[in-house]
Amino acid sequence: MSASPSAVALAPPHLFEQVGAVARRSVMRTVRQRGLLVFPLLFPLILFAINGSALGAATKIRGFPPVSYRDFALAVPFIQGALFVAVSTGTDLARDIESGFFDRLALTPLRGSALLAGQLGGSVVVACVQSVVYLAVGVASGVGIASGFGGALVLLVLSILIAFGFAGLGALLALRFGTGEAVQGFFPLLFVTVFLSSSSLPRNLIQISWFHEVATYNPVSYLIEGIRSLIITGWDAQALALGFGFALLLCVLTLGFAGTAMKNRLVRT
Amino acid sequence: MRRFVYVAKGVAWRSVHNTLVSPAILLPSLIFPLFFLAAFAGGLSRISDIPNFDYKPGYTAFQFAFVFLQSAAFGGVFTGFAVARDFDSGFARRLLLTAPRRSGIIAGYALGALGRWLITAVVITTAALAAGMNVSGGGIEIVGLIGLGIMMNLGSALWACGVAMFLRTEQAGALIQMPVFIVLFLAPVYVPLRLLTGWVHAVARLNPATATLEAARGLIAGSPTKVALSFALLAGGAVLTALWARRGLASAERAG
Repeated sequence: MSASPSAVALAPPHLFEQVGAVARRSVMRTVRQRGLLVFPLLFPLILFAINGSALGAATKIRGFPPVSYRDFALAVPFIQGALFVAVSTGTDLARDIESGFFDRLALTPLRGSALLAGQLGGSVVVACVQSVVYLAVGVASGVGIASGFGGALVLLVLSILIAFGFAGLGALLALRFGTGEAVQGFFPLLFVTVFLSSSSLPRNLIQISWFHEVATYNPVSYLIEGIRSLIITGWDAQALALGFGFALLLCVLTLGFAGTAMKNRLVRT
Repeated sequence: MRRFVYVAKGVAWRSVHNTLVSPAILLPSLIFPLFFLAAFAGGLSRISDIPNFDYKPGYTAFQFAFVFLQSAAFGGVFTGFAVARDFDSGFARRLLLTAPRRSGIIAGYALGALGRWLITAVVITTAALAAGMNVSGGGIEIVGLIGLGIMMNLGSALWACGVAMFLRTEQAGALIQMPVFIVLFLAPVYVPLRLLTGWVHAVARLNPATATLEAARGLIAGSPTKVALSFALLAGGAVLTALWARRGLASAERAG
């Protein structure tokens, strides 16, 4: 027995269609705000250009890896870029909540998981563009990738995974707090996690004991070291395992909590 | 003149009051310099082991000079954000309508920036001293250091006010802070000028912020250097940025 025409008309679109529709909107919104893409793209590169040269003397410290400081520092823009992805994802999502768009979506058959996955679509596009640009600028400025072409591809995968995890964090903040101002207020806190890590010197060369402890317990250190190992060491299984491990953990935790927060918000609306 | 002072006092009081009652405004201006101090003085302290790095008071004091001046500059930048916010909310337009002497508005915002920065300066100085910073300079040198901070704060506040008044939107934030950020970081932040190499060395030699930073470090070390040059550069910068801010105000007046 075939379904009646009214039943066919009421059947909700498949999950992939739902994700695709929301993702398309997210990507289009990101593309239309090109001006807002410039600052997150440029800022980490400016810091890389300045610090790569200004901290060149650090390579004279005994025990510093036998590479130029630019090689050592190239991992940092990938993480800083991921933080900007977190803030832009959270701000966009918060804007949808504040403008009432979310309330209207709650009236449709759209699934919460599709909404979350779709919203992160734009973030992945930004993360891909950023990662490729950072890598290209690094290589153009003379940085060699010790792990070769394959390592560069793995580096891109890891950096996009990290950005995806941070995008999940931005989404979580937006869903929990519901305002763009609150999401932006967390940016300094996120930025500090980069400063209080092994971003500027290898952990074994950090002299101040409390800083060394903080950097050791700070997962951002391992994300940076995972990317850095591909640039300056080659294939370092331990650094990569820790880098991918923490990146996956970040994704699982932030997306898991964001999923729960999404359900709660859709129930509330 | 009385009307100028009346407007300036009102705007300055409001600026400082808003800072004190709103943690969202106060905390970033306190937290950022503190974390820069922790990250640079703590995380990079091994830099002082580099051959020919001979700054006697130590690396914490070396970085404190930078963070002190940076906090002064960013005290001005954050005030620019507040001006832009006032335009976005419509408050600034009402202020332009009611102020009997509009140039007092700029002076008020600049005074407000100074008030905000003094709070930050006390906090980061206390934190640096608590972290064991050595200060070899005497009373006069410390007064000189504070003077450098005040002049830096004034110049950046006037720059930020000008940009905010020209653009009259919070989206001007990046344009307000990026030039200040870049000028500061193109000075010898991590090592003395003579230890810099490459293009950063070439740029830092020409950067006016370099002389100011070296003067601040010299004052903390009790061996003043380039102090007169720094004050002259900062005074020249303040005059230029005052003209810039005045043109920004005129642009806002024309826009209504």
